[in-house]
Amino acid sequence: MLTPKEKQNSVELYFMEARAKLIDIAAFMDRIEKDGLTDDFRYQAFLDALKELETGNRAENVLLALSDPTKEPITSATTKAACGAWPDKPR
Amino acid sequence: MRYIEPHAHMVSRTTDDYQAMVIAGCKAVCEPAFWAGFDRSSVNGFYDYFCQLTDYEPKRAAKFGLPHFSWLCINPKEAEDLVLSREVIAMIPDFLGRDNVLGIGEIGLNKNSRNELTILEEHVNLAAENNQLILVHTPHLEDKLKGTQLIVDLIKNDSRIDPGRVLIDHVEEHTVKYVMDAGMWGGLTLYPESKCTSPRAIDILEAYGADRLWMNSACDWGVSVPLAVPYAAQEMRRRGYDDETVDQVFFQNPVKFLSQCENFTVRG
Repeated sequence: MLTPKEKQNSVELYFMEARAKLIDIAAFMDRIEKDGLTDDFRYQAFLDALKELETGNRAENVLLALSDPTKEPITSATTKAACGAWPDKPR
Repeated sequence: MRYIEPHAHMVSRTTDDYQAMVIAGCKAVCEPAFWAGFDRSSVNGFYDYFCQLTDYEPKRAAKFGLPHFSWLCINPKEAEDLVLSREVIAMIPDFLGRDNVLGIGEIGLNKNSRNELTILEEHVNLAAENNQLILVHTPHLEDKLKGTQLIVDLIKNDSRIDPGRVLIDHVEEHTVKYVMDAGMWGGLTLYPESKCTSPRAIDILEAYGADRLWMNSACDWGVSVPLAVPYAAQEMRRRGYDDETVDQVFFQNPVKFLSQCENFTVRG
């Protein structure tokens, strides 16, 4: 739909940045395991979302894996903040 | 380069930020009403805030040669209180005649509750009755998918609202298609930790085209970058885009949407 006039090599542009983020993810997982926090629902959602890296449309599918998939409004808001993962996701 | 900052909470920013934005090429800044980080105690707090958005802040921006525009509403984070929300909505028409007001926003949902939906519907009615543009905030993180669908469906069901006069902000990869398919505009918000990074925002432009998308910093009192928009423009150039395309995305697009309000004027 939109393409640059002079397309650049995406690996050249983004590999080092993605490499750094990948190592950060690995270190995060090591840290959570070391601290014995793997049962946290957010970490479990994180592990589920990682599986989406094997699919196409990875960014969209990771976001969907972390989303509340229900359709109906909740009765009332008891907090203002979001936590990044759907707390009611079945385990 | 020249650009419009279509979403910035400048009441939370410093004069240094104004200076940096102008030096970077900002030609106008648009400020939606939002949550102060705490709940206001009465409608009088909103009266003072609306005066700030429509009187004081434009004067502060003018000291840097920057035109300042504003949107008015009670934000969804405070919409659980129906009584207060309705007092605020009743007061908004008194401010709609002010010179820098663009429309109703940023309305929307936060936790996707029934009361939030009720107040969203009343805001949409206010916009329809007063022929105002609409700027919508979509929820954060895990609540965004559901909230975006609820919002788009509610607005689509009001036949008085032209979808081309509605911008749904903070879209991401999992919500942008729903907004584009509804004929509305979408906003890509550039945040360091949530919402979109510049490379992801450009990926979305490449997938959906630039016709009805803009980018904003939504800078406020939290972790945010007031120069995120020109940084994203630089990222587009790094990918090989020419100046004309960059100008379309960062200047012409927001001007096209915002010019639907006669109060919006900008010098190129």
